[in-house]
Amino acid sequence: MTQAQDSEPESLRTVQVWRGDATGGAFAEYRVPARPRQTILDLVTWIQRHIDPGLSYRYACRVGMCGTCAMTVNGRPRWTCRTLLGTVAGEGTLRIAPLAHLPVIKDLACDMAAFFDKWRRAEGRFHGIDSVEPEIAVVSPSSPERQAADAGIECIGCGVCYAACDVVGWNPEYLGPAALNRAWTLANDVRDRAGVARLKAVAGDAGCHACHSHQSCADHCPKHLNPTRGIAGLKRLAARAALKGEI
Amino acid sequence: MTGRAEALLWLAQRASAAVLGFCVLVHLATIVLAVQGGLSAAEILARTQASLAWAAFYAVFVLAVAVHAPIGLRTIAREWLGWRGRSLELTTLAAGIALAILGWRAVAGVVLG
Ligand code: SF4
Ligand code: SF4
Ligand code: FES
Repeated sequence: MTQAQDSEPESLRTVQVWRGDATGGAFAEYRVPARPRQTILDLVTWIQRHIDPGLSYRYACRVGMCGTCAMTVNGRPRWTCRTLLGTVAGEGTLRIAPLAHLPVIKDLACDMAAFFDKWRRAEGRFHGIDSVEPEIAVVSPSSPERQAADAGIECIGCGVCYAACDVVGWNPEYLGPAALNRAWTLANDVRDRAGVARLKAVAGDAGCHACHSHQSCADHCPKHLNPTRGIAGLKRLAARAALKGEI
Repeated sequence: MTGRAEALLWLAQRASAAVLGFCVLVHLATIVLAVQGGLSAAEILARTQASLAWAAFYAVFVLAVAVHAPIGLRTIAREWLGWRGRSLELTTLAAGIALAILGWRAVAGVVLG
C-alpha cells in the first residue's frame, strides 16, 4: 500500500448488516468510517468494536488461509478478509449477510456442520494401508494424477462455492463442490486405498451426477480452484467403475 | 437409483449426445442442400423411399433421441418437481419407448411408404 492510499480521507458509509438467528432476522443499518482499501472484515469488526459488541461473525487468520470469514457481500459469497470495500461496492450500498445454503447461528455466523459432514460422506479423507508402508511412496510431481490433485488441493474449506452453487439450494442432499473437489484430489492420490468406496459415495443424484457443470463454484472460489473440473473427472471415473462392475 | 445406475445413465447420455451431434449436422446439411431447388413431398419421398442408407441413418438418429431426451427430462422432473422413485423411472422408460416407436414409425413411413 502506498503512502497516498494510506492517507486517503475517511468517509462515512452506510452499511447494511443482517442481524438475527435461525428463526429469522432483518438488515440493520450502520454508519461506518470507510476507506476503499479497507476489507469487508475490517468494516464488520469496526461495527462490533464501536457500535454493537453483540454482533456475531467468524474469522481467524485474516490473511486468506483459514476459510472462516466467508459472508455474502452484495449478493455474492466472498472471503471477507481478502475482499476490499472499493472492489465490491464502489460508492454504492454495501449489504453484508451470512453465507447462503447454511443455517444461521447468529447474525453473520453460519453453522458449517452440514458442509463438513458432506466432506465425510464423500469419503473426503485419506485411507492408507493399515500397516506401515513398506517403502515410502514416490509420487512424481509431473505425473497426471499428481497434477490433477494439485489443481484442487489448495481448498481452504471456506464454503464460498457451496453458497454459490444453485444445485445445493435445490437439493439439500447434494454433496456440493467442495466435498466433491476433495474427493477428486483423493481419487488422484496413488497412495489412497479407498478408490472404489469413494466412487460409491460420490456417485448418484446427491453426488457428482447432480452437478450441472455451470461453474458458479469455480467463478466464486477465492482460491481460483475449479471444482467443476474435478466433478467431471469423478463422473468419468464412476462411469469406468460402473462398466467394470466395481460400483 | 443406485450410484451405478446413475453412472451408466450419465454414460448413455454422453454417448447418445455424441451420436446426436453427428446426426444433427448431417440432418441440417441435408435440409440445406435439399431445399436448394425448392422442396416438395414428392422430392423427399423420391430420395428416401427404399433407401436403406437413409432408413439406417434416421433409425440411429431416433434411437439416440430416445435415449438422450428421457434422461434429461428425468433430471428436470427430479429437480423441478421433486419427483423421485419407481414411478419416475418407469415414466422415463415409457417416454423413451414412446419416442422410439413414434420416431421409427415416421422413418418407416418415408422409407417404405
Ligand atoms: S458446476 Fe456443479 S458444483 Fe459447481 S456450482 Fe455448478 S452445479 Fe454446483
Ligand atoms: S473450493 Fe474454493 S470456494 Fe470451495 S471451499 Fe474450497 S476454497 Fe472455498
Ligand atoms: S479470516 Fe481466515 S480466510 Fe478470512
